[in-house]
Amino acid sequence: MSLFNVFNIAGSGMQAQTVRMNTTASNLANVDSVATTPDQAYKAKHPIFASVLNAQMTGGVKVGEIYQSDAENMMRYEPNNPLSNEEGYVFQSNVNSIEEMVNMISASRSYQNNVEVMNTSKELLTKTLALGK
Amino acid sequence: MAISFDKAFGIQEQALDLRSKRSEMIASNLANADTPNYKARDFDFKTALSQAQGVQQISTAKVDQTNVKHLSLDAGRSPSVYETLYRNPISPSLDGNTVETHVEQANFAENSIQYQATLNFISHRIMGLMSAIRGE
Repeated sequence: MSLFNVFNIAGSGMQAQTVRMNTTASNLANVDSVATTPDQAYKAKHPIFASVLNAQMTGGVKVGEIYQSDAENMMRYEPNNPLSNEEGYVFQSNVNSIEEMVNMISASRSYQNNVEVMNTSKELLTKTLALGK
Repeated sequence: MAISFDKAFGIQEQALDLRSKRSEMIASNLANADTPNYKARDFDFKTALSQAQGVQQISTAKVDQTNVKHLSLDAGRSPSVYETLYRNPISPSLDGNTVETHVEQANFAENSIQYQATLNFISHRIMGLMSAIRGE
């Protein structure tokens, strides 16, 4: 019964969007983290989705990989910070908080879409089970 | 007139199956709304239904098999004979994804309403059969 498959598909979509929300939360939490060198500084993380298709060309989605943003880590002059280097600079995270907010809204909307799909399928299945009553 | 339970639901049985297949396809489009390079898919319900009917008509016909190596008509029978098509996006995105969430949502809603309509047809058919059996 294909309608049961819809639960797996929408479930995989919800799972993938949850990973996206998690990376966004981690990025936003670390927006003000500083470090001594650019290598130690926090790098924004983003998931890349990949589809999992079966022979009928339908299927869910999975998180293919999580990449780290290679945007430049900005320097800030803070000579009193214990983490500052010899010249008195600390390296900030390369998180773009506006981008993260947009990502968060997009992820939550996509999650809601999958929830709606699941609810509708559940309703249809319940009605199918009640056939002939 | 004899009541045949095999033929009682007629085309509605296949229609219900295809409706649930279509909802699966649209659900996978919606789940992959943020997947790079994913192409939205769908199938034409009308063609799929007439193909499914053609399959059924063939299967009711009988062919003699005079040799064991002869293929039966059921050999090539598959429940999913429809052709999967790709949706033409109105505004394709830069990452190669052609899913347009609002279009898919509209199609999903349309498909679920039609699924319920088919369910109604079947349930009325069952009610008709029941009253015929009871003879009230």
